[in-house]
Amino acid sequence: MDDPYKTLGVARDASQDAIRQAYRKLAKKHHPDLNPGSAKAEEQFKKIAAANGLLSDPDKRGQYDRGEIDAAGQERAQRPSYREHADGDPGRRYSQGPQGGWGADDLGDIFGSMFGGGGGRRPSASYRSDGDDQRYVLTAEFLEAVNGATRRLTLPDGRVLDVKIPAGATEGLVMRLRGQGGPGSNGGAAGDALIEIHVTPHPFFERSGQDIRLVLPVSLTEAVLGGPVEVRTPRGPVKMQIPPDSDSGTELRLRGRGVPPSKGKAAGDLYATLRVVIGKPDTALTDFIRDWKPHDCLNPRVKMEAVP
Amino acid sequence: MMMSFDVLITQIDGLDPDALMRWIANEWVRPEGRAGHYLFQEIDVARVHLIYELREEMEVDEVALPVVLSLLDQVYDLRRRVKAIGEALGEVAAKDVRQAISDQVAEKTRS
Repeated sequence: MDDPYKTLGVARDASQDAIRQAYRKLAKKHHPDLNPGSAKAEEQFKKIAAANGLLSDPDKRGQYDRGEIDAAGQERAQRPSYREHADGDPGRRYSQGPQGGWGADDLGDIFGSMFGGGGGRRPSASYRSDGDDQRYVLTAEFLEAVNGATRRLTLPDGRVLDVKIPAGATEGLVMRLRGQGGPGSNGGAAGDALIEIHVTPHPFFERSGQDIRLVLPVSLTEAVLGGPVEVRTPRGPVKMQIPPDSDSGTELRLRGRGVPPSKGKAAGDLYATLRVVIGKPDTALTDFIRDWKPHDCLNPRVKMEAVP
Repeated sequence: MMMSFDVLITQIDGLDPDALMRWIANEWVRPEGRAGHYLFQEIDVARVHLIYELREEMEVDEVALPVVLSLLDQVYDLRRRVKAIGEALGEVAAKDVRQAISDQVAEKTRS
């Protein structure tokens, strides 16, 4: 531990007032929150604060002067560091900059032409550099993403890329096309094109991992008597047998008819949830129901009522 | 961890509740909630410490304080932006490009 008098730059017989003044002067200069990024300032400030902690208290100062205590252990209690918080995400709370991130113009203000602002220096041509990766977004139809497809993409610079969307592609999938990004300079390799897939929703298919779900409307007759119905799947219609007396909400599974297998992933299943559709008013049905005396006078809400 | 107004007052020796109320009214500190129910996040607590030190130890009076805070906020804003740019370069730029940028920056800022 350094001599606290030397640290504060005061004489051994300095008045308490002079010590306070010296401390304040140094604190202004070395306060770590006012010198973010300077480890030296932080170290210096610790010493100054410790020296002040010792000398600003006349009792402790007397003990030190008489050699009863040494200068060690006088660091003051850990204060919360503003810098630590302000450098991170919470610091946005006190941001004065433009809201919602910086655009190319704001960046150009600081970095010149590098981020798209006009004018400025041309980048130095003296070193080899690889081309930039360029990012694109490709919007795929639901079935294109499920079954896979090849799409032709015209880039802003006029180049045409055939992009193979793999079967089972999911929202946000990024495909890297090597060497299709920005050109390198001075013999540098071209960058890659990064293509992010966005999938548009389907009117009735819904994807859940490798499985696909849909709500399948069935007539009252089909629900009660059962029978074959045609179901749309991602790879075309298939016949499915509805068991007799199928309720609305019954879930039927078509094995392997979901998302086709892709590397490392087995084929998914298709789940069809039945929804009974009564259809247009039909007096024959109405009359039948009115005269109908069910064997079992079941209250379909009985389970619901059992729940408090 | 969130801290209430009353707890914060007890944490800093000599902090006058009226002064803290005034700092909040001037938006030098921006806790969540309303008068009587303020909640201070860690950064707010640290900022109150800092303002207290600016006032008491560095003799910045409340006339000059907003100028100091404004400049300070701009410094931290820039630091976060520069950090974000660095992270973005780390994700996007190839290693040799990052090295070249780093070398050029060192070159241009050498004093």
